[in-house]
Amino acid sequence: MAETNSREEELLRRIQELELENEVLKKKVAEVEYDAKYPKIDENFCLDEYKRYGRQMIVPEFGSLKSQIKLKNSSILVVGAGGLGCPALLYLSAAGIGKIGIVDDDIVDISNLHRQVLHTTDSIGMFKCDSAKKYICKLNPHVIVKTYPVRLHNDNAFDIVNDYDIVLDCTDTPAIRYLINDVSVLCRKTIVSGSGLKSDGQLSILNFNNEGPCYRCFYPKPPSAESITTCSDGGVIGPCIGLLGVSMAVETIKVLTGFYTKDNFKPFLSMYTGYPQQSFRVFKMRGRSDKCSVCGSFPTVSKEAILNNEIDYVAFCGKVDSNVLTPEDRITVQQFSDIVTRQSKAPVLLDVRTKEQFQIAKLPNSINIEWDPTFKKLESLDKYLPEDFDKDTDPVFVVCRYGNDSQLATRKMKQELDFKNAKDIIGGLNKWSDIVNPKFPKY
Amino acid sequence: MGFKVKVEFLGGLDVISNKVREHSLKVPLEEGEATVKDLIELITKSIIADPKDIPVFIEDDTVRPGILVLINDTDWELEGMEEYVLESGDVFTFTSTLHGG
Repeated sequence: MAETNSREEELLRRIQELELENEVLKKKVAEVEYDAKYPKIDENFCLDEYKRYGRQMIVPEFGSLKSQIKLKNSSILVVGAGGLGCPALLYLSAAGIGKIGIVDDDIVDISNLHRQVLHTTDSIGMFKCDSAKKYICKLNPHVIVKTYPVRLHNDNAFDIVNDYDIVLDCTDTPAIRYLINDVSVLCRKTIVSGSGLKSDGQLSILNFNNEGPCYRCFYPKPPSAESITTCSDGGVIGPCIGLLGVSMAVETIKVLTGFYTKDNFKPFLSMYTGYPQQSFRVFKMRGRSDKCSVCGSFPTVSKEAILNNEIDYVAFCGKVDSNVLTPEDRITVQQFSDIVTRQSKAPVLLDVRTKEQFQIAKLPNSINIEWDPTFKKLESLDKYLPEDFDKDTDPVFVVCRYGNDSQLATRKMKQELDFKNAKDIIGGLNKWSDIVNPKFPKY
Repeated sequence: MGFKVKVEFLGGLDVISNKVREHSLKVPLEEGEATVKDLIELITKSIIADPKDIPVFIEDDTVRPGILVLINDTDWELEGMEEYVLESGDVFTFTSTLHGG
């Protein structure tokens, strides 16, 4: 038996070796094929590239052939291949950046496709970074793409960031934005930073040339976790966030081609507003702060402090704890479904999602009171409830999309509004769709 | 007595003022006497629709972290922050920092 095992191990090891060898050989073949297909006519480019980049090279602001050579010799790291990263990657790979690294550990979901334009319906389930690479390689064979299907964290950020000239922050939470900032400042990289939500967006260049202000200069204190809205909760208009991603690509080209200099660069933050009238406002911003904890004169954030996890970004930015109820104040979707079937009279059901979400899909007989900004401030629910409703005895159920706001609402009803028999429906309508009625649309 | 300034809320911050982004605000003081500190107090009294929304705007007696303040499109840090003396026609922009991507 022991002999069979060692024989199997030996074979597995051999297979791994051969796979590795095969990969190396494939890469070599690809290189030979590439060189045969695109013979260089000078030390930088083949004829295809002159034609491909001609239209941008002849624009005076761009800076002709020497700027194109700069792009070819540049490397950029794009963190996040989502609503900002996709359009930025699309234009920057098309523009002929030499090497592009993409960090994203998320996989493509159908709810991403309205804005994350490198991913297609048939790439659902793939890593976003791999899906983006697939598109880029078809678009421009002259770009080298390296993918990192990992989450950027304290341990790996320095190794990854160090390999690139500049970093594009296309991420979606404050914690990772502070991490990218600190690591980039300490690795002496300029950051092109974008963000957006709903129909608005913001754009800036941070740590420009190791002289400009950084994210911590602008935001020394993180906002409270309760005040953060994500794209999944607040929604986002595809072309609005796309516009920000495209604007990031423009700024990246300006940085890489040397359009910005020590003398002409002025710290800024651009604010895009999609409604009612589209506009881009450019705000003049503060310079580097001497008191900044990473780029100031007496920094407390160092490479060592990050590597040994002394800097805990998640703790720094805080976390919302929405599990605020005890088990007796909650019921499962199955239990709620049983109550609905058992009783002849429909139970009172409060749906605390936004009215937009309520209009997409709702359970029959539910009453909509938006948690934010309405429900959380109410002093009485009387005008929403049936006239004969008795707070001491009658049951009332509370539902939302995922079961977070419904807990806050239930707690408020119990603690502030004296409802004796209010119950939260665990996991919300998302769970309802999973367990009780698969035809109830998720959105 | 008094003069007018413009106050605007961007980046979703208009939730504190019934979704109205732009406000023309009359400052009931002589020009040269009012600072941004007075303006902030005036905003909490006359623009924020519901007093329960004040914590969305104010924390520890100043504008909450995560809100950028611009005076005539310039970061208030460059203009003296709360000590800046208001002038007739000034534009004060308050915008939430966005994080989504």
